[in-house]
Amino acid sequence: MSSFATNAHIVRALGMRSIRQTFRRPQLIAPIIIFPTLLLAIQTGGAGGAVNLPGFPPVQSFLQFMLAGAMMQSMMLAGNSGGIALAVDIEMGFTDRLFSAPIPRFAIVLGRLAGTAALGLFGAIWFFAIGLIFGAEIEGGVPGALLATALVNASALAVGAIGAAIALRTGSASVVQGLFPLVLVVLFLSSAFFPQELMIEPAKTIAAYNPLSFIAEGVREPMISGIDATHTLEAVAAILAIVLLGLTMSARALRHRLRVG
Amino acid sequence: MEAAAIPTTAAIPAWRANLATIGALMARSKNELVRVPGAAIPGVLAPTIFFLGLNGVFGALTQLQGFETGTYESFIVPVSMLQGAGFTGAAAGVNLARDIEAGWLDRLLVSPAPRWVLLAGTVLAASARALIPASFVLAIALALGAGFPGVDGLVVCYLMVASMAAVAACWGSFLALRFKSQSAAPLMQAGMMALILTTTAYAPLALLQGWLQDIARVNPVTEVVEAARQGFVGEVTWAETWPGILALAALLAVLGALALREMRRTAV
Repeated sequence: MSSFATNAHIVRALGMRSIRQTFRRPQLIAPIIIFPTLLLAIQTGGAGGAVNLPGFPPVQSFLQFMLAGAMMQSMMLAGNSGGIALAVDIEMGFTDRLFSAPIPRFAIVLGRLAGTAALGLFGAIWFFAIGLIFGAEIEGGVPGALLATALVNASALAVGAIGAAIALRTGSASVVQGLFPLVLVVLFLSSAFFPQELMIEPAKTIAAYNPLSFIAEGVREPMISGIDATHTLEAVAAILAIVLLGLTMSARALRHRLRVG
Repeated sequence: MEAAAIPTTAAIPAWRANLATIGALMARSKNELVRVPGAAIPGVLAPTIFFLGLNGVFGALTQLQGFETGTYESFIVPVSMLQGAGFTGAAAGVNLARDIEAGWLDRLLVSPAPRWVLLAGTVLAASARALIPASFVLAIALALGAGFPGVDGLVVCYLMVASMAAVAACWGSFLALRFKSQSAAPLMQAGMMALILTTTAYAPLALLQGWLQDIARVNPVTEVVEAARQGFVGEVTWAETWPGILALAALLAVLGALALREMRRTAV
């Protein structure tokens, strides 16, 4: 077996473990699926009248608008959950056993990220299903849905890399868990849940520069009006920036973990 | 032969012993706040973030016809305070589950304290702790321009917050005693979140979407939210207050009975 095939096999095995682990622990799956679904339902029902506000983009329904926000929330929390699970592995000594095995170190992190990306994919499919069941239309059709799914998937990987970096650096599940509120802050300060033009200051100004706003718009556009090259490219650029940041942080944290043990 | 006189101590009345036990359990909860760095932070942060986030994101909703108040801060702050109570109460359930896992509850169960006293200690401690996030969120809201609800409005709001925390603690304790695992934590939190948010939390009843309007009409916590909110958006009246008190009493009776039933079923 070539070394590439061996590494791919390891990443796949660790990724599958990460997915199984998430589905077996309610405390890991709840933030990815239950909370975003609950908030989607409540926000759609509670703030649905917002579509009548002057300046609100033309949409079929508030649910159609909010789907991207729910996917973003699920994706962000998947990254956080992935970080928590990695930290638990470190606390329990499982990661040490992997470090002592004859496998490349980067495969250990990539395995975890593959699992996180798969959970992001699951979240995207889940929310598309919910949207379609409750009557939301995807204006961009199948290509639009595929594009949005790919963007969510890639974002989960990017955010997961940051979660993994913090887990590797601190080795503490409670520290990574403590980032949960921060995830919500970053999300609220983006246009994931509401059009940026209608937000209140200072959230409005912060949302204009928040990379998550670009990703949210990239995911939302295929749903509410069709594929748009500008929004897509901006989303891809934002994801690449976060991937770069996450992988750099992960690489440094991994070196630190190997050094301190 | 004359028996030696055995010194006797006056028996402590049961009610005093029970009160002392409840006080000790509440003191234990307070000690956690003092000794565990950051124990109170998640409970304070979450409702604050929700308050700031919802205000920043949905603040423009007040432009819709039918909103009772000009500022969304005033409208949403009681909801965030109640959310803080919900989180605090659910955390009491998680702590109880931790105590079960660690074997600490077993030690309490073999003590002569009645089961209802053990439950009361947990529930009352949650009520007291809920005042911390509520006060923090209120201070932020007032600083951001929310209207002061007046002394009567404040008293009613805090009464609702403390009682809501007791309801949430009963719910959390019921689940903790049922599942005996901290893994039930998401259920404790999600249950409270759903109960508090499927009300007039985001907008007045008339502006809610059909399905949520139907749920909010039958959800007893809607009355609690309205009672807590009244001072922030208008005058405090008895007509707006008593339905909230009644709803909380009913919730406490039902969830308290369920938790107590589980506590009595729990064997060492």
